[in-house]
Amino acid sequence: MAEPSMHRFLLAVLRRDLTLAARRRGDWLIAQFFFVMVASLFPLGVGPEPEMLARIGPGVLWVAATLASLLSLSRLFADDHRDGSLEHMVLSPEPTVLLVLGKSLAHWLIYGIPLLLIAPILGLQFNLTWAAILTLEISLLLGTPILSLLGSVGAALTLGLRGGGVLLTLLILPLYVPALIFGAGAVDGVMAGTGAEAHLSLLGAFLVLSLLISPWIAAAALRVSLE
Amino acid sequence: MEWASWAEFWNMGGYGFYVWGSYGVTAVCVVVEVMWLKQAAADSRRRLKRMQSWEEQ
Amino acid sequence: MNLYTYASPATFYHLAGRLIPWFAWAAGLLTVWGLYVSFFLAPTDFQQGEAYRIIFIHVPAAWMSMFIYLVMAFWGAIGLAFNTRLSFMLARALAPTGAMFTFVALWTGAWWGKPMWGAWWVWDARLTSELILLFLYVGIIALWAAIDDIRRSDRAGALLTLIGAINVPIIYFSVKWWNTLHQGASVSLTKAPSMAALMLQGMLILAFAAWFYTIAVALARVRRIILERERHTEWAKAILAETH
Repeated sequence: MAEPSMHRFLLAVLRRDLTLAARRRGDWLIAQFFFVMVASLFPLGVGPEPEMLARIGPGVLWVAATLASLLSLSRLFADDHRDGSLEHMVLSPEPTVLLVLGKSLAHWLIYGIPLLLIAPILGLQFNLTWAAILTLEISLLLGTPILSLLGSVGAALTLGLRGGGVLLTLLILPLYVPALIFGAGAVDGVMAGTGAEAHLSLLGAFLVLSLLISPWIAAAALRVSLE
Repeated sequence: MEWASWAEFWNMGGYGFYVWGSYGVTAVCVVVEVMWLKQAAADSRRRLKRMQSWEEQ
Repeated sequence: MNLYTYASPATFYHLAGRLIPWFAWAAGLLTVWGLYVSFFLAPTDFQQGEAYRIIFIHVPAAWMSMFIYLVMAFWGAIGLAFNTRLSFMLARALAPTGAMFTFVALWTGAWWGKPMWGAWWVWDARLTSELILLFLYVGIIALWAAIDDIRRSDRAGALLTLIGAINVPIIYFSVKWWNTLHQGASVSLTKAPSMAALMLQGMLILAFAAWFYTIAVALARVRRIILERERHTEWAKAILAETH
C-alpha cells in the first residue's frame, strides 16, 4: 500500500487547491453560470417544444457541462506556474503523478460537483423525467472526473502558451467523445426504455482507464513543458 | 469491365459527377501536397542561405 | 550494416534522398495499375451501379489515415524513449499527409453517401470516426505550431499523439456503438458491396500506392526539416552552399 507520506502529499495538494479556489470564488461562479447559460441558449435556438427538448436534453446538458468544465482547465497549472510554485512542486522528491492527481481531484471537486447540483434544475427545464435526471446525475458523476483527468493532460501540454485555453479545448474534446457518447447515451437509453447499464458500465470503464493513464501522461507533459 | 464507349465511361452509369468529383478532388489534394512540398523546400533553402550569409558577415 | 548510423540526421538525409525516387515511381506505377483494375477490370456492382467505384480511393484513404497516425505515435514513442531527434522529425513529416488522407476519406465518403443515401453527410460510424481523427491531427499540428521551443514542441506533440493513439480504438468503438443504437445498420458505408476478388484487389493495390506515396512525401518533408534544424552543422552548410 502507499506509504503515509504519499497520502499526505496528495491531501496537501488537494487542500491547497481547495483553499486557493475558496479565495477566488468569482472564477468558480462564472463557470457555473456558463453552464446554465449555454444550456439555456439551446431552447432559444431550436424552439421550446417540450418533446423535442426532452429528446435533445441529455446531449445538450452533457455538452454544456463539458464546455463549462473545459473553461476552467487552462488555469489548472497556470496560476502556480506564474508564481513559480509549480516548478518547486515538480522538482520536489514527491512524485509528480500525485501532484497531477491531486490537482485533477481538486478541479473535479470545485468545478465538476457543482454541475451535478445544477443539472437537475436544468433537466426540468428540458422536460426530462425524474428517472432520466437521476441517470443524468450518475452519468455526470462518472463523466466529470474523466474530464478533469483528460483535461490535466491538455493543461500540462498547453502550459504557458498563447491561446492556451482554446488550444486545450481543441486537443481534449476529441479524446472526450467516448464519455459524451456513453454518458448522454445512458440517459437516452433510460428515456427510450432500453436501459442504461451498458452505457454506464462502459463509462465507468473509460473512467478507470483515464485514471490509470492520464496522470502519468500529464506528469510527463508537465516535465516537458517546464524544461 | 467493358465500357461501350468513352462517353459511357465518363458518365459512370449516371454517377459521373460523384465518381469524378471524388477522384478529381483526391488528385488535386495529391498534386497540391507535392507542389506545396517543393515550394516549401525551395523557400526553406532560400531562407537558410540568407540566414547563413548574415551569420557569416 | 549498422542501422544506428541512420539515426544521424546527416546520414538519413542522404539515404532519404536516394530512396525517394524509388518510392515515388512505385507509387506512380501502382496507382496506374490500381486505377486500371478499378475502372476496367472490376465489374459493375449490382446494387450501387458505378458509384461504388469511389470505394477504391475511400477505403485506402481511410486505412492510410489511421495507419499514418499509428506510425506517428510509434515514432513519437521512440523519440520519447530514446531521445532521438530524427524520430520526432519523422513524426512531424508524416502528419500533413495523414491529415490529407483523412480529408480525402471524408470527402469521398460524403460524395459516395450522396448518391447512395441522398445526403451529403451521413453520421455513420466510419465517417464520424474519421472526422474525430481529423480533429486529432489538427490538434497535434496546432500544438506543434503553438510551441516555439523545438524540443518542447517535439515532445509535447509526441505525448499528445500517444494519448490519442490509446484513445482511437475507444473512440471508434464508441462511435460504432452510437451509430448502431441511433440509426440501425441501414445507413452504413461499411456495408460495402460484397467483395468480388477484383474489387478487393483494386483496393489493395491503391492502398499500397498510397503507402509508397506517403513514404516518398514524408522522406521529402523530413529532408527539409533536417536541413532547417541542422543548419549550423558543416554538412548542412555544404549542401546549402551547393544550391543556387
